[in-house]
Amino acid sequence: MRGSSNRLDAVFAALADPARRAILARLANGEASVSELAAPFDMSQPAISKHLRVLERAGLVSAGFDAQRRPRRLEGEAMLEPIEWLERCRAVWEGNYRRLDALLSKLQAQPGGARRRRKKK
Amino acid sequence: MPEPLEVSLPNDLEVVVTRRFDAPRAVVWNCHTKPELIQRWMLGPDGWTMPVCEMDLRVGGKFRWRWRSETDGSEFGFVGEFREIEKPARIVHTERVDGADTDDEMIVTQTLVERSGKTTLTVVMRFSSRQARDATVGTGMTTGMEAGYARLDGMFASESV
Repeated sequence: MRGSSNRLDAVFAALADPARRAILARLANGEASVSELAAPFDMSQPAISKHLRVLERAGLVSAGFDAQRRPRRLEGEAMLEPIEWLERCRAVWEGNYRRLDALLSKLQAQPGGARRRRKKK
Repeated sequence: MPEPLEVSLPNDLEVVVTRRFDAPRAVVWNCHTKPELIQRWMLGPDGWTMPVCEMDLRVGGKFRWRWRSETDGSEFGFVGEFREIEKPARIVHTERVDGADTDDEMIVTQTLVERSGKTTLTVVMRFSSRQARDATVGTGMTTGMEAGYARLDGMFASESV
């Protein structure tokens, strides 16, 4: 299929951004206009529109034809499961890495600890 | 100030996580390979402990990690085998659910790059098959992509050239 790998790339590029995943999660609760979508984020409407264009190109969101509101609808409901998995994993990894930040600080603060140089081979 | 980790999906079988640490590579390496250090940070969700952290750090050696919930005592874990070890730059290991009766596993490649005393860790998690991926992540990935393609096909078909 011509361009199918481009579509695959488009879907994954679309999902890679946490703001876009959050937009998809919001649209799972029903269609919304651009201003309604922008509200929970500290983001301008042009910034949200940019994210929406990425999601539309990937086929995950469609825009209605109400000329004034053009409400966005979720097209990729089936993607919610992997999106939720990604978000859960991300939260766990972030928690782990913050603890690792603290441990790394402690280890480097110890005299004669991690700072001790080893001979290079 | 900790930087948030970055997650990307370069293709439909890989998840890539990138995170920078304010420490030299050798220290980050130790924290990923010595059980007594691992158990101080790789604790999973809040309210969990890591009672088991066995590491036989050599090519072909195995590891076993288990976590336990302090609220209800439920447990889960991962096991796997080390495939490549290049201290302090790279570890490749397989990883699957401890006690699972399937062959679904991931191959995890971790690389550490140091610049000016700070380390960038890149973790590439690769599912062994689409079936393994769907078992872990959810079958939404497969059906969602099909739906996406069908919709794009419809869009292209309806556009006049």
